[in-house]
Amino acid sequence: MVFALAGNQNSGKTTLFNQLTGSNQHVGNFPGVTVERKDGTIKGYKNITLVDLPGIYSLSPFSKEEVVSRDFIIDQKPSAIINIVDATNVERSLFLTLQLIELNIPMVIALNMMDEMRESGSTVDIKRMEEGLGVPVIPISASKNEGVAELLEVAVRTAKTRQNPKVTDFCSGPVHRTVHSIRHIIEDHAERIGIPDKFAATKIAEGDDILMDRLELSQNEKELIEHDVQEMETEMNMDREAAMADMRYTFIDNLCAETVKKSGYSKAHSRSLKIDGLLTHKTWAIPIFIGIMLFVFWLTFGIVGTTASDAFSGVIDSLIGVVDANLTNYGINEVVHSLVIDGVFAGIGSVLSFLPIIVILFFCLSMLEDSGYMARVAFVMDKPLRKIGLSGRSFVPMLIGFGCTVPAVMATRTLTSERDKKMTILMTPFMSCSAKLPVYGMLTGIFFGSSAVKVIIVLYVIGIGLALLCGFIMNRSVLKGNPVPFVMELPNYRMPTGKNTGMLLWDKARDFLTRAFTVIFLGTIIIWFFRTFDLHMNVAATADISMLAYFGRLIAPAFRPMGFGNWMSTTALITGFAAKEAIISTLTVLVGGTGKTVTEAVAGLFTQRSAWAYLVFILVYTPCIAAVSAIRRELGSSVQTIGVVIFQCAVAWVASLIVYGIVGLIL
Amino acid sequence: MTLNELKIGERARITAVGGQGAVRRRLLAMGLTPRTEVFIRKFAPMGDPIEIHLRSYELTIRVEDAEKIEVTKIEE
Repeated sequence: MVFALAGNQNSGKTTLFNQLTGSNQHVGNFPGVTVERKDGTIKGYKNITLVDLPGIYSLSPFSKEEVVSRDFIIDQKPSAIINIVDATNVERSLFLTLQLIELNIPMVIALNMMDEMRESGSTVDIKRMEEGLGVPVIPISASKNEGVAELLEVAVRTAKTRQNPKVTDFCSGPVHRTVHSIRHIIEDHAERIGIPDKFAATKIAEGDDILMDRLELSQNEKELIEHDVQEMETEMNMDREAAMADMRYTFIDNLCAETVKKSGYSKAHSRSLKIDGLLTHKTWAIPIFIGIMLFVFWLTFGIVGTTASDAFSGVIDSLIGVVDANLTNYGINEVVHSLVIDGVFAGIGSVLSFLPIIVILFFCLSMLEDSGYMARVAFVMDKPLRKIGLSGRSFVPMLIGFGCTVPAVMATRTLTSERDKKMTILMTPFMSCSAKLPVYGMLTGIFFGSSAVKVIIVLYVIGIGLALLCGFIMNRSVLKGNPVPFVMELPNYRMPTGKNTGMLLWDKARDFLTRAFTVIFLGTIIIWFFRTFDLHMNVAATADISMLAYFGRLIAPAFRPMGFGNWMSTTALITGFAAKEAIISTLTVLVGGTGKTVTEAVAGLFTQRSAWAYLVFILVYTPCIAAVSAIRRELGSSVQTIGVVIFQCAVAWVASLIVYGIVGLIL
Repeated sequence: MTLNELKIGERARITAVGGQGAVRRRLLAMGLTPRTEVFIRKFAPMGDPIEIHLRSYELTIRVEDAEKIEVTKIEE
């Protein structure tokens, strides 16, 4: 059996999904579109798959998420829909519920946040609400795992007995007449293509052209419908869209008046208002935001991140030592020994030691997102972003870009305009991703000593500055246009649950480890191979006559103007395309040796001035292969994607040259 | 008068939602329907967008969209 989980954004949908499925999750895409689809097997019910539909407010044909959701329900006919409804925000949540009910599929409502309702002394007459809506309503608190077992039980029973919603008619007056008449006209068409006629009729009354086309109505039928709808518009003194929304909200208002007793704001709500008094304050909002970001970076690069990272790399180093000693004792072939220790262990080890830093950064970003703060950031930053023709929503993907470009580019899916999406995708790679951090960490540590952190901060600022500059130029040239609509809920602040955060972190850590043991593993072996053998396939006596040196020398001249035209640093740039962390693993492997000797050898490759140029180039040049494939997926065009790669490299080259020049003047 | 002309905290009732296309549908779906009670909670630090309160939740919309929403003040 397949269950679909549907509900508004911020309704606790992810929390409920995690409660129901535990760790049995699978992430993919809906066919043909770039809307994320999460599937999971329900705990204790091996034969039930739960599909997490995108967080939506309606089933209109205007957004990809909404179309995907309704197509999924209409075409796949899940055994049941679990509709999660935020009890503290019940009116707006039920707007979606009414449309889901019209789809005439077994359904149960999970009335979430009942703990918050209780706390504030508000009540819901569950029985009366069930009668009004004609579907079972189960009060739950997803974050406290209350009522979830009962919800599941009722959902399974409703699905097994194929209990369709008992009420599917929510309209009154002129709307009722019109919908009824349309229903009569389209009945046969709707049945032929398997769409519930009630749903089709209300959608057509609303002016849903996509559905109209699918029904293949005759010209005569279309005219009859148009006549009915116009009559309704005249009688209601509203256009069709407003009339239908009004009909649904009128039903909801009446139902809520009978069933929901609210005593003022809920605790979470009044707490949110207080917090917002500060966080979206006229003067303090922006300074506080900058402060929060600085704190996040301090946590990541500062004492916590460094300590964790040092401890972790200590463990790795001692592990390498043990393996090294054992291999030497065993008397293993020298080339194999070199492959294992200098190639695989040194390469992966140098990358792995940064796992703690990446986990900390993602932890901070997910806290900001799940607590509801990101929505406030979008609210505060909307006006300034409009200056470059974007909306406040574009700010969120860019912030995520500091963690990883891949999820950041994927987050642009929430943007409804293609133009905004393109522009955000182009700007996101300038936000220095966390994989570049190990590279900055190692190089600044070697070349800038105690001012290393300052250099890293300057790099971040350069990235942001370049992004703004590019956005500014694009808005006035190739990507002119108006920013997307900005109608966004400000959800109550909520403490992210440990389970959600834990699962997200585990996801990210696993992702990073998978990359370390696949892409980077393969990369280090390939690099080791090219470094160990010369063009005649003989073991190269020294690295500088190896094949890699040969390739590196080919492109090195392009970087001579910036002072890092040596083959080792250019080779590292090539491998950085596989994954940014590979830049340091490559440098480590290339210079040979471990620990102190690496530091000394790398120190010989650059001056402070060329290190600056090198760092800036790394900051800006092509995103890694994983990010490029994400960009390819979102842009849906290989040509444009190659364009992005060339663009980034070109900007990187120029920026690097300029920085080299400026640093030369200062030093 | 239109929604953006209200002072902070002044309660009003929506009479008509203008505009068109996706923004308007979104506004209607979010509950900005005729007869709904609404008030402005605050303006963003740079004066735009606006945070409004309706149907017991907070929504942000831009001034240019608020200009298309007709309201009448509720006399207290």
